[in-house]
Amino acid sequence: MTKMKSLICRECGKEYPTTAIHVCEMCFGPLEVKYDYDEIKKSVTRRKIEEGPRSMWRYIDLLPVESGFGPAIVGPHAGFTPMVRAKNLGAYLGLDELYIKNDTVNHPTLSFKDRVVAVALTRARELGFETVACASTGNLANSVAAHAASCNMQCYVFIPGDLEAAKVLGNLIYRPNVVEVNGNYDDVNRLCSEIAAEHRWAFVNISIRPYYAEGSKTLAFETVEQLGWRTPDQVVVPMASGSLLTKIWKGLNEMHKLGLVDTVRTKVNGAQAEGCSPIASAYKDGRDFFKPVKPKTIAKSLAIGNPADGYYALKATAESHGAMDAVTDEEIVEGIKLLAQTEGIFAETAGGVTIGVLRKLVKQGLIKKSDVTVAYITGNGLKTQEAVIDAVGRPMRIQPSLVHFQQTFSTKESKQGDA
Amino acid sequence: MIKVRIPTPLRPLTRGQGEVEAKATSVAELIEQLEAVHPGMKDRLCDGSGDLRRFVNVYVNEEDIRFLNGKETLLKDGDEVSIVPAIAGGS
Repeated sequence: MTKMKSLICRECGKEYPTTAIHVCEMCFGPLEVKYDYDEIKKSVTRRKIEEGPRSMWRYIDLLPVESGFGPAIVGPHAGFTPMVRAKNLGAYLGLDELYIKNDTVNHPTLSFKDRVVAVALTRARELGFETVACASTGNLANSVAAHAASCNMQCYVFIPGDLEAAKVLGNLIYRPNVVEVNGNYDDVNRLCSEIAAEHRWAFVNISIRPYYAEGSKTLAFETVEQLGWRTPDQVVVPMASGSLLTKIWKGLNEMHKLGLVDTVRTKVNGAQAEGCSPIASAYKDGRDFFKPVKPKTIAKSLAIGNPADGYYALKATAESHGAMDAVTDEEIVEGIKLLAQTEGIFAETAGGVTIGVLRKLVKQGLIKKSDVTVAYITGNGLKTQEAVIDAVGRPMRIQPSLVHFQQTFSTKESKQGDA
Repeated sequence: MIKVRIPTPLRPLTRGQGEVEAKATSVAELIEQLEAVHPGMKDRLCDGSGDLRRFVNVYVNEEDIRFLNGKETLLKDGDEVSIVPAIAGGS
């Protein structure tokens, strides 16, 4: 099946072959994959998907790779993460049907980036690349490094100089070339754009971005399937470049286009940290362009001051009648704690942003009690411990003595075990 | 004179020059001047209705013109204009 027709410029419509290019040479617009939906529609059904592998590759017919599911696939276990019915958090917020899409346990590096990287590296190998690289705020680098190790590719990851310790270690362990750049993510990205022009490497989020970004659609596909082939009323998505939100909206609409769902009535809501909210600020001001900012937030995985897909994220939110909002660092920490203490899920800072904004949208009445709502939790809290270490208290330290324990906790009466 | 910095992808139109000079009192006029001297430039910078393309950023003395007066932003002698394609990339 030749499902990919071409790469097409999102702005001027100029078409290109499906190689490693990402910007329109005419108008500088971003390129994206153009599919042959008529051809895909002939083979894709709910049943076929349900019988596929228990990973995001069950949606391979909607992903930009030429290989079938088999040895050519890099990252065969990524995705199909739990959709958790969040009864406690829902009750706390006043929502009847809230779900957490839990990518804190994505395989192998505990963030949603394993989805995009699985697609990117599979495509990179199809295009004959031997070296992969990326510009990253941390999670992407971890995932590229791990997947490169698993398929014996050379690897360079470029990160800003101020990342959390676990995200730095989470690169080094796989032994890629880890390049720490003096500057913020936008400096790293600009440098990598220049390097990408000089070296024939597969820069996953630059030179092969049209393929890479499509991996995020699988979060939408899984959402629909795991809800019993329903689209949710509301989704809340964290935004850095804005790509994830854009692709979730695209994924929902593709399912409709292919007849896998009857309607899409989902409102797509975007979440940012106040310390780096160029997209949410543009939304609030009613602008369709944004002012690049210098990020200052604990949500480092979202700290992109010059978001490449900001315009399209604004468009997706407008088309779907969703909203955008931003939360403070304190609200982020509160969000992380709230999710952990109600649902037993420890999210990284981006998850705190999502929960914080979810709370705000419910309070503002934009998400209603009866709305079927999905919050995307895209990364694991063990990677951003610095953000909460001073907000979680200390263990109670006692002597190894029953009496001391009982004095400390006043539990003398519970002889028959816990009531 | 206005100094205009030209990005790499547009340098084939300026015979390789990274910086050119022009006389203009507004950004719109500057684009017409550039087109007159370097034919093809306007088509790369502007869409069919004459508006600046979305992924072309224009800065006057380091300020993005979308936060000034857009294409009607006034220019004076000695101003520096940078044309910079948006960087597509990022996580």
